[in-house]
Amino acid sequence: MEQQSHIYGVLGEFSTPQSLIAAAKQARQAGYRSMDAYTPFPIEGLSEAMGWGRTLVPLVTLIGGLLGGLSGFGFQYWVSVIAYPENIGGRSLNSWPAFIPVTFEMTVLGASLFAVFGMLAMNKLPQPHHPLFNVDRFQKHASTDRFFLCLQADDPKFSLPDAARFLQGLKAENVSEVHDD
Amino acid sequence: MSTSKPPINSPEIQRLTPVLGPGHTYASITDKISSIVLTRPISLGWLVGFGICFAIIMLLMVAVTYLIGKGVGIWGINIPIGWGFAIVNFVWWIGIGHAGTLISAILFLLNQKWRTSINRFAEAMTLFAVMCAGLFPLLHTGRPWYAYWMFPYPSTMSIWPQFRSPLIWDVFAVSTYFTVSLLFWFVGLIPDLATLRDRAASKVTAIIYGMLAMGWRGSARHWQRYQSAYLLLAGLATPLVLSVHTVVSFDFAIAIVPGWHTTIFPPYFVAGAIYSGFAMVLTIAIPLRKAYGLEEYITMRHLENMAKVMLATGLIVAYGYFFEFFMSEYSGNKWDVFLVAQRLHGPYRYYYFALILCNILTPQLLWIHKIRTNVFILFLMSLVINTGMWLERFVIVVISLTRDFVPSAWGRYSATFWDYAVLLGTLGLFTGLLFLFVRVLPAISIAEMRELVAHNSEEHE
Repeated sequence: MEQQSHIYGVLGEFSTPQSLIAAAKQARQAGYRSMDAYTPFPIEGLSEAMGWGRTLVPLVTLIGGLLGGLSGFGFQYWVSVIAYPENIGGRSLNSWPAFIPVTFEMTVLGASLFAVFGMLAMNKLPQPHHPLFNVDRFQKHASTDRFFLCLQADDPKFSLPDAARFLQGLKAENVSEVHDD
Repeated sequence: MSTSKPPINSPEIQRLTPVLGPGHTYASITDKISSIVLTRPISLGWLVGFGICFAIIMLLMVAVTYLIGKGVGIWGINIPIGWGFAIVNFVWWIGIGHAGTLISAILFLLNQKWRTSINRFAEAMTLFAVMCAGLFPLLHTGRPWYAYWMFPYPSTMSIWPQFRSPLIWDVFAVSTYFTVSLLFWFVGLIPDLATLRDRAASKVTAIIYGMLAMGWRGSARHWQRYQSAYLLLAGLATPLVLSVHTVVSFDFAIAIVPGWHTTIFPPYFVAGAIYSGFAMVLTIAIPLRKAYGLEEYITMRHLENMAKVMLATGLIVAYGYFFEFFMSEYSGNKWDVFLVAQRLHGPYRYYYFALILCNILTPQLLWIHKIRTNVFILFLMSLVINTGMWLERFVIVVISLTRDFVPSAWGRYSATFWDYAVLLGTLGLFTGLLFLFVRVLPAISIAEMRELVAHNSEEHE
C-alpha cells in the first residue's frame, strides 16, 4: 500500500540547554508559534523562551483543595448533625473544632489528587504513541542527554524545506523530519 | 594569616564537599543509575539478603494466619494494657515513614540540593514503612475483615463513624498520607520511567516501563505543568507530614491517661518521627551506596547533613522528655507525679533508662565531626536511635496503661512470641520490599541528578 505519510514536523537536536533556549527564542522571533521542545530534565527559562504563559495547574489544585475541604467538613456536619446526631452531655452537635483534622486531610487529599491528575490530563497523558517516537535519535537521546526543538507542521508558517533550513541555520545537529504514522 | 592549605577537616573544605562527585555528564549519570536496574545481574548478596527477608515474611504470614485463626489473645495484650506491641509498632513505623516526605517536600521547598540523590529511596522507604504501620491497627482490631467499618459508608446498620474521635482522624490522616506520598513518589518517577523505557534492552521491559511512563516524552509544555504540580505537591505534603504524627499523638494526648494527656505531645511526636526517619534513611543509605558503588552520588556531605538533622531533632526530643518531666512536677498533679516516679522506679524502669541512653546520650556523639564522617559509627548510631525510638513508644504506651488512677486497675504487660514474630515480620517485609525496589526502579532520581549536572556545569563556566 502506497500512502503519503503526513509530516508532523521537523526536529532539530542541540547539545546544551543554553543552545536550545537560544534556538527557541530565535524560532519565536522568526514567527514560529506551533513548536515544542523536548528535554531530559526541566530547564529554567525554556517556557518563557517559547513564549508560553502560566499553567492552569495551580488553579486546578486550588479547586481540588476547596472541593476536598468543603465536602470533608460538609460530610462531617451532615453525619454528626443530621444523619446520626448523638447527644453527649448536651454538647453542641456541630462541634466544628473536632472536625478540623479530617477537613484538613481532605483538603490536602483533594488538592493533591487534582494537582496530579489535572497535570496528567492537561498533558494528555497517558498517550502511548507519539509521532516523535518514530525518530530514532529521539528515542535514544531525548530521555538521556540531548535537547530537541520541534517545529510543528500545523503552524501556518510551516513549510518543510524552510523549517529544516531554519533549524540548520541555528546550528542544530541531525535535523530530521517527523512522520505522523 | 597563613597562605598554606587549610587542614582537611576544616569548615572551608567541608563546605566544598560536593553533593555530586566530579566529572559527571548527563549520559554517565543516566548510565550508572539505570544500569543498576536494567543490566546489572542479580548478585549473590542480593539473593541471600532477599532470601532472608523472604523467610521472615513467611514468618509474618504464619503469625498473621495464626492471629486471624485464634484472635488477639495470642498476643500479650490484656486488660488494662489493650494496646501493647500493636500500637507501639504502629507509631514507630509511621514515625519512620516521615523522613521520606520531609526530605522530598520540605528540603525541596528550602531548595536544598543535597536532597536530590536520597529523596527517591527515602520516599520508597516512607511508603513501605506506612504499609507496615497500617498492618498493626488492622490486625489489632481483632477482626481485620471488618476493617472497612472504619470508613464512613452508608451501611445497613445506619450508623456513622464518630468524627470527634482521634481514632477516626487517624484513619483519614494515615490514608491521606499514604495516598499523597504515593502520588508524590510516582510523579517523581515518571521521567525516569521514560528513561528506562528508552534504554530497555528487551521488548517486554520496554513495554512495562512504557506503560508506567504513560508516554512521557519530556515535552517542555509537559515539564512546565509537571514542575508546577510537583512544587504544589511539595507545598501540600509539608503541612501534611507535620499533621500525620500530630494526629497520631492526639490518639494519646486527647485521652486523660496520666503521661498521655499533655500538650507537648504533637511537636515532640513530630520531632521524634523525623528523628527516627532520618536514622532509618541512614540505615538504608549506608549499605546501599556501598553495595551499588554509589559513593559519588550519596556523598559524605549527605551522610553528615543527615547526622546533623538527627542531632537537632534528637535535641527537640530531649526537650520533650524534659518537659514531660518538668510539667508533671510543676503541675503537682498527683497522677502525673506518680507516673514519672513509675518511669524512674517502676517495673519498666530499664526500658526508660535504655531509652534515655539510646535517644539522648549516645546521639550527643554527633557533635563531633569525626563521628559524623565515620560511616560505620553512623550506621551503628542509626540502629541505636531507631531502637531508642521504639523504646520511647513502648514506655509511652505500656507504662501509662499499667499504672493509671487506681491500683485495682494496674497491670503488667509482657510480649509473647507472636508479638515479636509480627514485629520481626514487618521488618522483613520492609527490607524485602526495599530489596525489590532497588532492582526494579531507579533508587536515585535520574532526571534530578541531570539538573544537578547542568547546575554544576553552569557554575564552572
